[in-house]
Amino acid sequence: MILLKLTLLSLWNRRASLLLTILAIAISITLLLSVEYIRKEAKASFLSTISGTDLVVGARSGSVQLLLYSVFRIGNATNNISWKSYQELAANPLIEWTVPLSLGDSHKGFRVLGTNQDYFRYYRFGDKHTLEFAQGQTFSGVFETVLGAEVARKLGYKLGDKIVIAHGTSKVNTALHADKPFTVIGILKPTGTPLDRTVHITLEGLEAVHLDWVAGTKINGYNLSAEAVLKKNLQPKLITAFLVGLQSRAAAFRVQREINDYKREPLLAILPGVTLADLWQALGLFETVLRMISGLVVVAGLVGMLTTVLSTLNERRREMAILRAVGAHPRHILLLFILEALVLTLVGCLIGMMFMFALVYLARPWVIAEYGFYLRTWLPDLSSLSLVAIVASLALVLSLLPGTIAYRRSLQDGLTIRT
Amino acid sequence: MFIRGSSGSGKTTLLNLLAGILTPSSGQLRVLEQDMNQLSNVARDRFRADHLGIIFQQFNLLPYLSVLDNVTLPCEFSKRRREQSGELNATATRLLEDLGLTNAMTTTSITQLSVGQQQRVAVARALMGKPELIIADEPTSALDTDTRDSFLDLLFSEAEAQGSTIIFVSHDHQLACHFSRTLDLQRVNPV
Repeated sequence: MILLKLTLLSLWNRRASLLLTILAIAISITLLLSVEYIRKEAKASFLSTISGTDLVVGARSGSVQLLLYSVFRIGNATNNISWKSYQELAANPLIEWTVPLSLGDSHKGFRVLGTNQDYFRYYRFGDKHTLEFAQGQTFSGVFETVLGAEVARKLGYKLGDKIVIAHGTSKVNTALHADKPFTVIGILKPTGTPLDRTVHITLEGLEAVHLDWVAGTKINGYNLSAEAVLKKNLQPKLITAFLVGLQSRAAAFRVQREINDYKREPLLAILPGVTLADLWQALGLFETVLRMISGLVVVAGLVGMLTTVLSTLNERRREMAILRAVGAHPRHILLLFILEALVLTLVGCLIGMMFMFALVYLARPWVIAEYGFYLRTWLPDLSSLSLVAIVASLALVLSLLPGTIAYRRSLQDGLTIRT
Repeated sequence: MFIRGSSGSGKTTLLNLLAGILTPSSGQLRVLEQDMNQLSNVARDRFRADHLGIIFQQFNLLPYLSVLDNVTLPCEFSKRRREQSGELNATATRLLEDLGLTNAMTTTSITQLSVGQQQRVAVARALMGKPELIIADEPTSALDTDTRDSFLDLLFSEAEAQGSTIIFVSHDHQLACHFSRTLDLQRVNPV
C-alpha cells in the first residue's frame, strides 16, 4: 500500500531526528515491561519462598501470622506446640516427613532457628530447589551452626568461627548465651528467601543453652558448662511450629482438618501456598502503584513523540501539498500521520522489548549468584504483547491531533505551497 | 493555453478551482465537461487524480522517494492513470529519457538533481498516465532563460505526443508566444 510506503520512506528520511523519539518510547516500554516482569518475578519468588511443603503447623493463631513467623521469620509465635503432640501428629501414616522448627532467639539481628538435619533434606523453595551448601555441611554436633548466605556475608563469618546466640529477638541484646558458643559448620548458598537471614542450629543446641534459664532469665548461681549440659537430656519439650510433607498432596485437606481438630491442644495447620497468595493479595497496592508509575512514563514517551510530530507539521506542509496535487484526499493525509505514529510506536516497542530481553539476559546470572533470586529469562508473552497493543492504541489516539491539524490545513492550503 | 496575471490577480484561486480544491461560491464551473459543483469532496479528489497533472513553481518532488517513485506517484492514487500508463516503471523511464534525464540520474537522490532537472521530473510525473489537463503554476520561474526555453519545448512536445492540454499560469508575458491561446486575468478580473 502506497501510504505505508510513503510513511516508511518519509520516516526513514527523517531518521536522525526521530531516533531520539523512538529511543524515548523504547526506554519507556522497557520500563513498563520490566516493572511488569519484576512484579511477576517478585510474586513468583514470594509465592515460592516455600515449596514442596504441604502443611505448616503451629499453635492456633491467624494463618498469616503463622506463615509470617514460621517461614518469613517476622513477628513471634503466640504459643508453642508440645513435643508430645508433635510426635503424635507426626506419626500419622499419611505424613511422609515433618521438620520441627523452634524460634525465639537471635544473633546480631538475625533470627536463630532450631531444627534438625531433615530441614536441609526436605526444605524446598522456588521451583523445588533444595538447599545447597556453599561451604561445609549440615550440623551433626549440638553446638554447631549452619548460616544463611546473607548472615555469613554481612557478618563476615567463615567455617570454624564461633558465634554466640542471644536470648530473645530484640536487636539490643544484653542476655547472651555467652558460655555456650556455636561453631560455624556450614554456609548455605543464597536462596532469595528469608532463609538467607537465618542462623540454623540444632533443637538440642537450643535446648542446651536454655537449660540453666527459667522464664526468660538466667538463674543466678545455676551454671551448667557446655560439657556438663551435653550429659543432660536435651530432648526439647516445646517447638514453635513444624513443616509437613505428605505421601500424597490429595490428603492435604484431610490432614489439615485432623490437625485443626486435634483435641490435646489448639493447633492450626495451613496450606502455605494458599496463605502466601492471601498475603500477596494484601500487598496489592504496591503493585498498582508500580504499574501506575510505569504507565505514566509511557504516556510521557508518547507525548514526546507527539511533540516531535507536531513540530514537523510546518516543514511538511509542502509534502502535503504535493500529495494533494497528485490526488491524495485529506483523509489520506490524516491516515499518513496515524500510520507514522503507529510505526514509530511499534518500532519503539520492538526496540524496548529487545532492550528488555538483553537486560534480563545480562542481569540474570548476576542476580542469581548474588541474591539467589531464580529469575526466568524474559520473552514477550501474551500479557506484554497486550501491553504493547494498549500503548499502540494510545499512540493512535494521540496521533489524531497532528493528523487532524494536517487534515484541516490540507483542506485550506489545497495546492498552495506555503512555507 | 497561457494564463497571465500578476500576483494577487487570482491565478492560484483559479488553479485551485480547476483542480477541484475549491468550489465556486457562485456560478458554474465545468472542467472537462464535468460540473465541479456536483462532485463531492472525495469525487473531486478522484477527478484531480484521474484527469489532472500538476506542476508547481519548484520543490515538486518528495525528497524521500526515488526519482522513479516520484514520477509514478499519481498512478498510486488513480486507477485510471495506472491503467493508461502500461508498465509503470518502463513508461516512467521512457518519459524521463524523452525529457533528457539519463538512467543514471533516475537512480540518484532527488536532492542531488539541479532545479531544472527536478522540474523535468515534475513534468514526467504530470504526464504519467496521460491526464487530459496539465496545470503548470509558474514552473519556469526558478529556471534561467536557456533552460526555460528547452524546458517549455520538452513540455510541449511531450504533452502533444499524448494529447494533453496545458494550462500554464505565469506573470511573465514573454512566454505567451509559445502558446496557442492566451488569457490575461487582469482583463477578465480587474482588481
